Amino acid sequence: MRLEPIANPTLARRIGLPAVALVLTVIAASLLALLAGANPFATLGLIVQGAAGSKFALLETLNRATPLIFTGLAAAVAFRARLWNIGAEAQLYAGAVVTVLLGTGALGLPAPLLLPLLALAAMLAGAAILLGPVLLKTRLGVDEVVTTLLFNFIMLLFVSYLLEGPMKDPMGMGWPKSAALIPEARLPRIVTGLRLHWGFALALLAALAVWVIQTRTTLGYEIRAVGLNAEAARFAGIPVNRVMVKTALLSGGLAALAGFSEVAGLKGNLTLDLSPGFGYAGIIVAMLALLNPLGVILSALFVAGVFVGADSMSRAAAVPTYIADILTATALLTMVLALRLTHARVRWR
Amino acid sequence: MTDRERDGAEVVLRLSGITKRFGALLANDAIGFDLRKGEVIALLGENGAGKTTLMNILFGHYTADEGTVEVFGQPLPPGHPRAALAAGVGMVHQHFTLADNLSVLDNVLLGTRPLFSASLGKAAARTRVNRLAQDFGLAVHPDARVGSLSVGERQRVEILKALYRDARILILDEPTAVLTPQETTALFATLKKAVALGLSIIFISHKLGEVMEISSRVLVLRHGKLVGEVETARTDRHRLAEMMVGAEIAAPKVADRAPGPALLTLKAVDTARRGNAPGLKGVDLDLRAGQIIGLAGVSGNGQSALAALIGGLESPVAGRMELDGGQNADWSPRAAIAAGIARIPEDRHRSGTVADFSLAENAILESYARQPMSRRGWMDWRAADMFARRIIDTYDVRCPGPSARIRLLSGGNMQKLILGRVLEAGPRIILANQPVRGLDIGAVTFVHNRLIAARDAGAAILLISEDLDEVTALSDVIHVIYEGQLSPGFARGTKTPAELGLWMAGQGFGGAHHAA
Amino acid sequence: MDLFDILLNASFWAAAVRIASPLIFATLGELICERAGVLNLGIEGIMVAGAFAGWMTVYLGFGLWTGVLVAMLVGMAFGFLHAVLTVPFGLSQHVVGLGVTLLATATAYFAYRLSLPEVTSPPKIEPFQPLEIPLLAKLPLIGPAFFAQTALTYLAFALILAVWLLLYRTPLGLAIRAAGENPASVEAQGLSVTAIRMGAVIAGSGLMAVGGAFLTMSAFSSFFFEMVNGRGWICIALVVFGAWRPGKAALGALLFAAFDALQVRLQQTPMGAVVPYQLFLMVPYVLSILALILMSRRAEVPAALMMPFNKGER
Repeated sequence: MRLEPIANPTLARRIGLPAVALVLTVIAASLLALLAGANPFATLGLIVQGAAGSKFALLETLNRATPLIFTGLAAAVAFRARLWNIGAEAQLYAGAVVTVLLGTGALGLPAPLLLPLLALAAMLAGAAILLGPVLLKTRLGVDEVVTTLLFNFIMLLFVSYLLEGPMKDPMGMGWPKSAALIPEARLPRIVTGLRLHWGFALALLAALAVWVIQTRTTLGYEIRAVGLNAEAARFAGIPVNRVMVKTALLSGGLAALAGFSEVAGLKGNLTLDLSPGFGYAGIIVAMLALLNPLGVILSALFVAGVFVGADSMSRAAAVPTYIADILTATALLTMVLALRLTHARVRWR
Repeated sequence: MTDRERDGAEVVLRLSGITKRFGALLANDAIGFDLRKGEVIALLGENGAGKTTLMNILFGHYTADEGTVEVFGQPLPPGHPRAALAAGVGMVHQHFTLADNLSVLDNVLLGTRPLFSASLGKAAARTRVNRLAQDFGLAVHPDARVGSLSVGERQRVEILKALYRDARILILDEPTAVLTPQETTALFATLKKAVALGLSIIFISHKLGEVMEISSRVLVLRHGKLVGEVETARTDRHRLAEMMVGAEIAAPKVADRAPGPALLTLKAVDTARRGNAPGLKGVDLDLRAGQIIGLAGVSGNGQSALAALIGGLESPVAGRMELDGGQNADWSPRAAIAAGIARIPEDRHRSGTVADFSLAENAILESYARQPMSRRGWMDWRAADMFARRIIDTYDVRCPGPSARIRLLSGGNMQKLILGRVLEAGPRIILANQPVRGLDIGAVTFVHNRLIAARDAGAAILLISEDLDEVTALSDVIHVIYEGQLSPGFARGTKTPAELGLWMAGQGFGGAHHAA
Repeated sequence: MDLFDILLNASFWAAAVRIASPLIFATLGELICERAGVLNLGIEGIMVAGAFAGWMTVYLGFGLWTGVLVAMLVGMAFGFLHAVLTVPFGLSQHVVGLGVTLLATATAYFAYRLSLPEVTSPPKIEPFQPLEIPLLAKLPLIGPAFFAQTALTYLAFALILAVWLLLYRTPLGLAIRAAGENPASVEAQGLSVTAIRMGAVIAGSGLMAVGGAFLTMSAFSSFFFEMVNGRGWICIALVVFGAWRPGKAALGALLFAAFDALQVRLQQTPMGAVVPYQLFLMVPYVLSILALILMSRRAEVPAALMMPFNKGER
């Protein structure tokens, strides 16, 4: 078999194939439910209900979507430049560590000053974490996929050390967790009484900002050119390595905001289970959004919904919550295949 | 075809009614012909006439939409190179299909034994390769790494691959494009030996002289159709040219003109190696206003190093490069553009355009960071759009509009956009690296006329081409490049192609620097 | 106990060889994939799936070798998924690889929770036992290190030679290497690039899964979450470190395992009381990055690695 490119795919093709991918994902979910001895329709229903069936569920989904928007943007920005930042997990923790470091009393500022400062410091930390791998890539040609992946493990061990050593909460009864943030360092709720913090609004703002950068600025133009054809970009005088570094700083900073927003908005302190793989899930979010920053919002809501829904479903039915991970991975693989088939048809022989 | 008088030799290959479409493009339109034992057919046609497509169908890389192929009277199953190889068809591709990191022997052996057999049988194979090399005059060391071989040697490996598999029919796709005139002569000697041993050959080319020399019969393709078939002995270059393009080719007219001052000067410049290709060694060169300097040479002799240097991608490691008498400390593509150098890249797909960018986005690739395309980091897409429209109109770029993706354009239209992009800035120096490679005659004439007009308007032009005819037709002064060294400049008409060929093969280069 | 004592202790070398074994399986598997031109980032997840499948098979009452076989088949199934998406469809090897890792990991965890919903501490199986080779096992230092290991370890070391023979001495190996250097050369010699690359990815993934199975069936005797813990990514670094050659890559795995065994033992020394244990645990990951940096200048990467090949593309 071989693939024959389609220059101008029809609208039906462009909508139909991704729809097929989603249907396949739903079928996969049904099969898994059957395998677990549950009723597939009931299971799917419970997932949807758990994700959006009540005010509480919806808010939970929005809260879960917040870090995913940040890590999704981090991946989307980097992948546009063909910079394979798989280290959002490490950058997230870097942001969280800095937030705790400066937000537990080290800086005694009023909230309107302290919060932006914390966010900025977190971004710098995340950017710094990615700087190493990207310099290794541009200077020595070391593949960034493996280095950023390995950095995730190193960072997690480092955080573990901090939480058992210098950053350990003296009042924590021996648990490896940090001290709590001072009230001025907490992101307030958007509406009093509703469990949704300003981190969500910040995430939407970040998506908008990234969209503006990509479509309206010279940096965005450079990032796209480098990602689509680095050789042509270099020939035309675009400073490819400098663009890579700028992209990395932006990407690392965005991922770190996830850590800031989780600590300052939701948890109030740092523990080793701050992120249940938000960094990795961000890759799925970005790919499902076709790397479009505004699309990241939607796909983050989808992925968050699947996770929140599956959690709630597994409490009611005997289907393990890991069904959510299988579903998102399936959605990712079927979606990239659907996109390929949008622009090419299969010819046998 | 049936009315043709032949000596009744056995038909070894018969194509009938071959038709192939790529989307809307009809690449082959009901093509049919016979190849007989011991003859050399030349398949003549412009770039894009459908020659390579036809041969790729014959060899099984593509599948025809209609039509059949018969080899030695047996139908050839479509779409399988393995079947073609087994039937005795061997192909020497224009872009060599060799694995550079493997040895010559490994490349020859690849796919010759059942995959799951326990041994490669290298000893016997080495003996056989050596014997074939001797019989056909294809000297090459079986244990050499292919990546370390010259282009001519690699071609010999390709031919050996086919002969090792007992090919009875040999297809050669533009085999001389990368050879010196002398290497071409050696290749022709090999082909004559092969024919004497009963092989049949299809020789694809667009060079009329070679076609006249090697073939016994010429088939002419135009726009995917077989438009003519003649005995080579009964035709001449003129008539072939007319058949090929449908009209006689007018050679570009370059009026004499006194050159102006040197705008760019190289003094004893060395540059670093580029991959397999040598860097420059002690190169002296003046690019003068109102003059076209032609660079002749076999590909891979340092042309890309010179282009990279002037294009801003490389800096000298020794010697001086002077622009208007001064050195540029911070040499980069941007510095080159700022210095008024228009750069037409060698490979418009790889380094000239971003395939998934629109025409407008491609048009501003070099100017996006300046006003009016952007201001303080903010893009002005209206300005980009207007700029693209101006190029589309002035340079006759056939396209749906500035927002169409450039991937959809033909090579000629892509090249016109690049030409517009660099010439609209009013350059003082033009670096034209293989500016017409792969273009059809209409686009070739367009590009050549634009270059001549720029020269007449006072630009200094460096023309790099592997096509010696193009270099001799356009250049006021010709330099030959060999192993990174530059020959003295030869004024128009002072050297014959054969003499230039000797320089291209390295004669006359002392190894040390020549006098400037 | 100081460094010298550790290095002269037979149990240290035995541990190094044991730690190296799963890495050797998986590194050889990745090496075969990459030699054919496909980067397989599914490795981490495939190792998880292999670890689970092998362990579960034995837990259900089947033999140990049946467990190895099942693990390999599961790995090959995920390899098939990876191969279909990256070879004929030419999808991004980065995205597909990460997707396969997520899918394989999640599937293993899902199946684990499904089969053992209630357990808190995972049940143990009877793992592979060490086989002493007569006479050789009595050699000082080398004996316990190399000749008193489990059958799976012997298999890992035998595979180094087997993969070397395959790649450099057989027509199939030549075709695999050529597919990774220039797929067009394979196509022009009448072979199917698709078949060769897919075969390599599937076979390589089978080896990765056996590497994972080693963890549950020869090292820890039970399955728990996060047990693979980045070993797959480390193996990718080892392939680069070994310059895509089976012998060198295996040597790298051994060297690496020695450092890993060393850091565990150093934790028991007075030094371990001062330096936080997390720093020791970082050693493997830091070493991997250092290995990548060290080899970056002279890496002989297969020329067509990560380049999809579409037959008849214009």
